[in-house]
Amino acid sequence: MPGETLLKVRGLRKSFGGVIAVGNVGFELKQGDFLGIIGPNGAGKTTLVNMITGFVRPDGGKVYFKGKDITGSRPYDIANLGIARTFQMVRLFYHLPAYKNLIIPLCSKRISRIRGGRFGERDEVALDLLDDVGFERDSYVPYKQAGSLPHGYLKRLDLARALALRPEVLILDELFSGMSMAEVAGVLPLMEKLSDKGLTIIMIEHRLRELFKVAHRVMVLTFGQKIAEGPPDEVMQSDEVKKAYLGTDVELGESGRD
Amino acid sequence: MQPPDVKIRRKRLDRGIKARTDSVFVIAAPGDIIYVLAPRVLPVVALLILPFFLSEYHQEVLVHASVVGLLALSWDLLACCGLFSLGQSLFFGVGAYMAGMMDYYLHLSIWIGLPLATLSGGAICSILLAPVVRLKGVYFAMVTLMLPLLFRKIIEASGLLGGTLGLSTRGSFPNEWVAVYLGIIVFLGVLFGLRKLIDSDYGLVLKAIRDDDRAVMSAGINIYARKVQALFVAGSIASFAGAFLTYRYEFVGFSVFAWDYAILPLAAAALGGPGTFAGAALGSMILVPLSEALRAMGGLRIASYCLVLMVSIIALPEGIFSFLERKYHQFESLVEVK
Repeated sequence: MPGETLLKVRGLRKSFGGVIAVGNVGFELKQGDFLGIIGPNGAGKTTLVNMITGFVRPDGGKVYFKGKDITGSRPYDIANLGIARTFQMVRLFYHLPAYKNLIIPLCSKRISRIRGGRFGERDEVALDLLDDVGFERDSYVPYKQAGSLPHGYLKRLDLARALALRPEVLILDELFSGMSMAEVAGVLPLMEKLSDKGLTIIMIEHRLRELFKVAHRVMVLTFGQKIAEGPPDEVMQSDEVKKAYLGTDVELGESGRD
Repeated sequence: MQPPDVKIRRKRLDRGIKARTDSVFVIAAPGDIIYVLAPRVLPVVALLILPFFLSEYHQEVLVHASVVGLLALSWDLLACCGLFSLGQSLFFGVGAYMAGMMDYYLHLSIWIGLPLATLSGGAICSILLAPVVRLKGVYFAMVTLMLPLLFRKIIEASGLLGGTLGLSTRGSFPNEWVAVYLGIIVFLGVLFGLRKLIDSDYGLVLKAIRDDDRAVMSAGINIYARKVQALFVAGSIASFAGAFLTYRYEFVGFSVFAWDYAILPLAAAALGGPGTFAGAALGSMILVPLSEALRAMGGLRIASYCLVLMVSIIALPEGIFSFLERKYHQFESLVEVK
């Protein structure tokens, strides 16, 4: 239901040795929200996502999904609940044909539950999903070995792999990094469409101009601390954010991208 | 002599078949039929009629090759999902001792004892190794290396299960032919079964775990459960091999935990080409007879054996089967161009 709180993060903490990667970060996501997370490199964005998706065990704090405590659950259990993610450095199965990469999530418990455990048509579903992210269905591209695809395709394949789980929360870790302008322009409408359909999206991004086109809300992290959260234009007006993220004298719009 | 207006060109058979069919072979030309069937049917037929032409000694070699083949297939299945095992002798020995116990203590007939030993062996191995499936690469290998040694020393020191004397069993195969054919048929069945399995979506997930386990986890797959399932299947296959030899020799002793049964399958898979199953099978069909043939060399047997193995692995690192497979797909016939 729209408006229902889907994901609630309370005071998450993680240190690696003496370095505080994430210190006491919390936020809430309602169904259909589109949250952008920005911040300089090393701000703890990926660690935060890794804690939510179960890849890193937090030192403290809680993650609730639909009111259920999922802190410290196994990554596959969290994925089966409907939280899917992509990786900053794409993690794919390079020796498989592109579309076969999507067979893996289609074999998950979540999908057999949703689809009623029907077998045999996974290849078709995979090709449909790839079509959605812009792999031309009738071309040879979906059948090519994943390892031989250009970077932009790999990023979109990773996105398709996350979407194959039919997630309720989609977490994108720097999806646009390394993509060409044209490729980004191709994916942005899909992001908007997914968001309009009611999918809850968290997007870590360095390309602010593109992010601000789609995100409803932006959260800024620096040195593991949340320094601002709110609508994109409001957040970027804050002096603290400008100082931390862009440097003091930068006007957004000229150097806001990358 | 060709008439001057007829041109000859090379045609890749493989391409034509792939272009015309979509995973189902709908082919008509006799050349195509032979091309598709020959590599699948010929080895099977050859293995099935071979025992008729062999002496008892050579039959024994063939059976031993099938047993090592089963161990190599079991090793290859684990390697497919990223579990690098140095302990095929663990699976083998557990199966052998389970069969020994079924017969010695419970007096079960072979046709109950053999399947029971197979399944219970697989179950014991997967329970033993379930806590360490989280370990990767060399760490998992170390544990599998230690366990057979541990079992061997426990049996030796405690005198359990017959201790150093082993267990002499009574149940056996009704006659030689049953044993020989059971060995060969199970070997072929496991070979084709595993090839089928790894081509299925289930097998795809296993291979993906080897490639990138985090990506598989984020796709909602419990990789540890899958690994334990693979351990059960691989353990059962190797346990069958062990149980089979117990019934054949009517004896089981702690030598079943010996190094040979860990190294031979690994060498066979490396020689034939890991990850293909057929490679592991082919490798053991070459290695075991080779080691018998080299007996004439006396003291230099093991040395020359190692030499052959090293040279072939350096010359063909992809493995004999992978090499043949590549050549097979590149096979060309000459056709007239009109």
